[in-house]
Amino acid sequence: MNAGRTPILSMDSVSVAFGDKVRALDDVSLNIARGEIVGLVGESGSGKSTLCRTLMGLGEATSGTVRIDGEPLADRLDRDRLGFRREVQMLLQDAVASLSPRMRARRLVEEPLHVHRLPLAAGRARILTLLKRLGLPESALEKFPHQLSGGQARRVAILRALILQPQVIVADEPTAGLDVSVQGELLNLMLDLHAEFRLTYLIVSHNLNVVRRITTRSVVMYLGQIVEEAPTAALFRAPAHPYTAALLSTNPVVDPGKRRVRIVLRGEIPSPINVPSGCRFHTRCPHVQPRCRQDMPDLRALADGRKVRCHFPLAETAGMA
Amino acid sequence: MTAFAATRATFARILSGPGGIVGTVIIVLVVGSAIFAPLVVTHDPDALDILNRFSGPSAAHWLGTDNLGRDLYSRLVYGARVAMMVALFAIGSALVVGTLLGMLAASLNARGERLLLIVFDIISSFPSLVLALAVVAVFGPSTALVTAIVAVTLMPHFGRVARAQMLTLRHAPFIEAERLIGASPVRIALSHILPNIAGPLVVLASIDIPVVITIEAGLSFIGLGVRPPLASWGTLIYDGYAYLSDSRVPVIVASAALAIATLGFTLFGEALRDAVDPRLDREGR
Repeated sequence: MNAGRTPILSMDSVSVAFGDKVRALDDVSLNIARGEIVGLVGESGSGKSTLCRTLMGLGEATSGTVRIDGEPLADRLDRDRLGFRREVQMLLQDAVASLSPRMRARRLVEEPLHVHRLPLAAGRARILTLLKRLGLPESALEKFPHQLSGGQARRVAILRALILQPQVIVADEPTAGLDVSVQGELLNLMLDLHAEFRLTYLIVSHNLNVVRRITTRSVVMYLGQIVEEAPTAALFRAPAHPYTAALLSTNPVVDPGKRRVRIVLRGEIPSPINVPSGCRFHTRCPHVQPRCRQDMPDLRALADGRKVRCHFPLAETAGMA
Repeated sequence: MTAFAATRATFARILSGPGGIVGTVIIVLVVGSAIFAPLVVTHDPDALDILNRFSGPSAAHWLGTDNLGRDLYSRLVYGARVAMMVALFAIGSALVVGTLLGMLAASLNARGERLLLIVFDIISSFPSLVLALAVVAVFGPSTALVTAIVAVTLMPHFGRVARAQMLTLRHAPFIEAERLIGASPVRIALSHILPNIAGPLVVLASIDIPVVITIEAGLSFIGLGVRPPLASWGTLIYDGYAYLSDSRVPVIVASAALAIATLGFTLFGEALRDAVDPRLDREGR
């Protein structure tokens, strides 16, 4: 997408280490173009949250560079912290917990206006418009966070983000803990907003159906590394990395005619303190070869443009997909 | 109105146990006498009546009179006023200064934080009586000085609790959310952290009230606090003590007032602590 243009967000071999031992992110490179909807999937502990936090400037990269509009994030934060916050917004996973507990929703949604010294009258008018758009009753503004339902809290959090008119939204598990019907509404809303304001999304989700439905490109993480990156449709049709294949095979699909062979992975995701030698996935990979135990595969591009970190990608192995 | 409902629920829980009920009744009496002292006394607390000195309890003098014939009941009521004023100002300033310093400590880098914690430790480890003796030796005894000494002594309690509470909140999702919308550290600290750590600090303040009452009485008793003729429970006990052979009533009455008030505030403070958060760290002080 948009090849040749400066990506709005990018990570260039970013590693994040906690202490000497834990490498939460290892050599992650990622470009997100304006208007793109990128999905980020992986198990708990794979580094998804660390990636988002680093992207948002909540944690610093140990090495490598995060860039926003081509400018290193650290410089941008020094130069224009509030401008960056207006440009890139993030929705935290637990919406109720992300709202300051002793403030009414009205104060919470107006707070960004105060922080950014935006005109109040115009801001309040926009809050009302967004309320309608988000399907929130105005009475919800008088409530405290714990009095809101999960879906309402999520919408208040979205309103707080949208009031700043961001160009990028990083959403950590936007549908977690919501009823299926509310999930659907929310995803439609996100897609509408994308179409309307040409928003760029990075969506982190355990829910593969969510990723499949709304993202254009997917990134799969395992133990702090990107193991596969491909257009979403291609990734779901024919995963190239054995880990992606295993992940997808666990995904419930509503389609009685179609039977999937479930690939059951043995064991837990290894501890990031004690990372396996060679390919990080070799301890659980059903197709492990001797080479995998010694050499760490690079993230390399396959013929169809997707990238995979595997010596023996499945797409090249006939009949595996 | 959740804030109101929460306050009401807290009160209901305080009054659900015998300790809370007794404590609340005592506090209402003590605080009421302190506030409405001129209305509830039967005599001018400083009016001398030498002929009637050491009169026992009677219809004219409910609790009798002291060595100068002053009405003991009226002096006790004004003594409550002194005790409450000292408690209010000492704890109020310790609460404000301690909380701000504690929050500052939590926000500073490791070095600044350690420096502030060392200051807290120095103050805590310095015996308050020795501090009081030294300061009074320089400035002479006064009520304001007692208040200041008590405030400084108590400040580290609030500083430590505020710091610890802030540290537990620092990575709370709603604090990260505030950083994400661009809120400044000062805004986050005052608008978002302070309201959420206020509960334990208020509980600590209420638990410190009886401590302050006894410190004030103790300093006044040894002549380092409130100056006569101003009535303080400490000076009342001292005056009575000097004339113990003439009458035991003043000492007993003033000591009982001190003990009952201390007990009442202690019971109330403990009930409040349990009502606000049963898990609150009891080693916080």
